[in-house]
Amino acid sequence: MLKSRIIPVLLIQNKGLVKTVKFKDPKYVGDPINAVKIFNEKEVDELTVLDIDASAEGKEPDYKAIENLASECRMPLCYGGGIKTTEQAQKILSLGVEKVAFSSATLEKPELLSLLSKQVGRQSVVLVLDVKKKLFGSKYECYTYNGTKNTKQCPFEFAKLAENLGVGEIVINFIDQDGVMKGYDLSFVSKFKSQINVPVTILGGAGEYSHIEQLISQEGIIGAAAGSLFVFKGKYRAVLINYPTKQEKEKILASLTF
Amino acid sequence: MIAIVDYGLGNIKAFANVYKKLNIDCFFASTPEALLKATKIILPGVGAFDHAMTMLNNSGLRETLDMLVLERNIPVIGICVGMQMMAESSDEGQLKGLGWIKGSVKKFNQLNLLNNKQLPLPHMGWNNVQLISEEPLFKGFEGFPEFYYLHSYYFECQDKKSSIGIADYGIKFSCIVKNKNIYGIQCHPEKSHHNGVRILKNFAEL
Repeated sequence: MLKSRIIPVLLIQNKGLVKTVKFKDPKYVGDPINAVKIFNEKEVDELTVLDIDASAEGKEPDYKAIENLASECRMPLCYGGGIKTTEQAQKILSLGVEKVAFSSATLEKPELLSLLSKQVGRQSVVLVLDVKKKLFGSKYECYTYNGTKNTKQCPFEFAKLAENLGVGEIVINFIDQDGVMKGYDLSFVSKFKSQINVPVTILGGAGEYSHIEQLISQEGIIGAAAGSLFVFKGKYRAVLINYPTKQEKEKILASLTF
Repeated sequence: MIAIVDYGLGNIKAFANVYKKLNIDCFFASTPEALLKATKIILPGVGAFDHAMTMLNNSGLRETLDMLVLERNIPVIGICVGMQMMAESSDEGQLKGLGWIKGSVKKFNQLNLLNNKQLPLPHMGWNNVQLISEEPLFKGFEGFPEFYYLHSYYFECQDKKSSIGIADYGIKFSCIVKNKNIYGIQCHPEKSHHNGVRILKNFAEL
């Protein structure tokens, strides 16, 4: 039977690994290649690496760094950051990356998704929506450029559009939960996932394994992603790359009851 | 030595890394001359079927590859779209496949899958394989080993005996296929941790 995926998400800035809180105050937590080596040993389900400088500063993806990461990864790798064209996506996939993630480029030009699904295959195309609840009311909006630009797009509507144009996975990244480690926004997730027919992955808020258990027991097969949970340990947030052991993982996945 | 066919598609470095760690020699073959040195062949592949076939057909390697596999009976394993290319045709494209294993590539029926909300497409993530015959390729495996999948199309064998590994995603489908010296695997052994390493090692030891 297919299993839920438990996915560490690594943020890259200036070639180093950082972790943010609510998309702000990036704290240096180490070297990306070193982290990948540890995650290899821990046999993680998948790994996502996002370059948070690339789009915000209008830079090309750092192909050399991606190639180094990809050749080190013994698990499936998703890369995002600075990709704007199908050519760039193809180049990155040829470096040994399984999936390429898009955010601002597709929010600004959704038809890019249909081009991508034709030329690189939709199974390798991931849409990341950075979402934030509106100050008043219960609606959410999609943001780009590290949460600095409000696109005013509704995540439900855009996800539906993306699904029709061609996308292989949708990652919902909650800006207000980022780095807070208090749990996922489960009420949003239950509304969202029931409307979407491609694999969905949730990022933002996981602070302990029980948060992942809650997500899986509510939603069934889903991608449970986290940043802080897998790079910090303890209440003083000491930097320590970690991941559930085989037994811990079995316990988390056993929370799936149907 | 194991040749990894380099026709511009697929994660060829990931295979090389696995073999490097195992101290098993392998090389990238991008010319017919290089490919002729192969004693075993890995045929990787990603993306759309027609794109992969076009790349392979235009690589200058096709004739040598057919000769090595069909006449000299050199062991070959196709991975993901590399496996799908071994079929005669695919729902995903118009071009002919290599035709090394009788059968065609079908799309998962999304309507069937959608009756069960748990099964979106693509089939993405870790799933078990039921190994249904005693094969040197499966040496050391017990039970239902897990592998990583990322696909929306699957291999439908014409001859049931070609299907040596089965996975379940709404329907049971062939995820490992075999015809004499020709093997195909839908999941990604190069990205499936110790189970993937084992299958690649077993292939090297065939």
